[in-house]
Amino acid sequence: MARSKEVAPSVGRLSRSQVFARRGLYKGLKKTEKPAASEVAATKEVQVGGEKNGGKRVVPTAKASRFYPAEDVRQPKKSRKTPKPAHLRSSITPGTILILLAGRFAGKRVVFLKQLDSGLLLVTGPFKLNGVPLRRVNQAYVIATSTKVDLAEFKLDEKINDAYFKKPASKGPGSAEAEFFSEGKPKEKEAFPESKSADQKTVDGAVIAAVKKTETLAKYLKATFGLSKGQFPHALTF
Amino acid sequence: MSAADSTFKRFVEVGRVVLLKSGPYEGHIAIICEIIDHNRAIIDGPTTGVPRQSFPFRHLTLTPLQLTKLPRAAGSGTVKKQIEAEGIIEKWTKSSWAQKRAAIAKRRSLTDFERFTVMLAKKVRTDHVRKAVKAAGKA
Repeated sequence: MARSKEVAPSVGRLSRSQVFARRGLYKGLKKTEKPAASEVAATKEVQVGGEKNGGKRVVPTAKASRFYPAEDVRQPKKSRKTPKPAHLRSSITPGTILILLAGRFAGKRVVFLKQLDSGLLLVTGPFKLNGVPLRRVNQAYVIATSTKVDLAEFKLDEKINDAYFKKPASKGPGSAEAEFFSEGKPKEKEAFPESKSADQKTVDGAVIAAVKKTETLAKYLKATFGLSKGQFPHALTF
Repeated sequence: MSAADSTFKRFVEVGRVVLLKSGPYEGHIAIICEIIDHNRAIIDGPTTGVPRQSFPFRHLTLTPLQLTKLPRAAGSGTVKKQIEAEGIIEKWTKSSWAQKRAAIAKRRSLTDFERFTVMLAKKVRTDHVRKAVKAAGKA
């Protein structure tokens, strides 16, 4: 901030409110107007039962809380910061083969499809080749190789987004009693939704067709990555 | 005692082809043009991209190659003519030392997929060898 000259690195001369006052942005015209709040009467009449109660009574519309704290508690300041979506590494483009470094599929080589709005990477094994399904991964846990599959003609269905991977709302844990009387049987596994396996097949069909254009690439995707003796990841080129 | 009586084969001498071990020209070869003292020599590599400079012996290795007729303190032009006349660069690139160095550099620069392809090729080779050995044993 030009007005708040730094006295030390990242410490300004002026406070937050002083800067706000000097910038004078509050003087500018407000572009949006708040919708006019519909007026609600402070009180309303209600019917009251009972003979000696007069039939009607005027009560406040919004009931005052019966509780208020005896001591003043300072409200924490609300943060107005929002996380930015992760910047995609330049070495990762659609079709790049990635090596997964963490999680269930650590060591697997997968094909990158696109970056989702959350910043996570959408990848596929393809499932038929190495068992990695359509999956979101963090790019921090990934090595980008220089090998690429040509996915220029491939169009990803718009429905495959972050919401697609959201877990269905759980039906809530059944009562402990019910669980006990189900004769200690483990819960039956829910079948994988057919629509999702169909999506997997359509995506993988295109990816596998592209993979087959290069000899031994399918074999490469099937194999897992590992370091052997004398190999150091920082000294390798991928 | 002359060089012929020694058990050593490579000497620091004018015309000796050297391999540079450090600095910006690491891995290039050059010619010793003049010996400055016990620690340094003037080297020149007009065809290998090494400019004329003084270079410590600690940071170079002597190769078995040598320019036979290079006079002391020859200029870059003369050195270049000599190199081309004797075909020193070609001799170097054909030597097993240079080829091994090139192979190591090539292996280091391979990508992950290329390393995988090499692994497959090696498997095929071992298979051929195994079969050939077995066939030879039967006969």
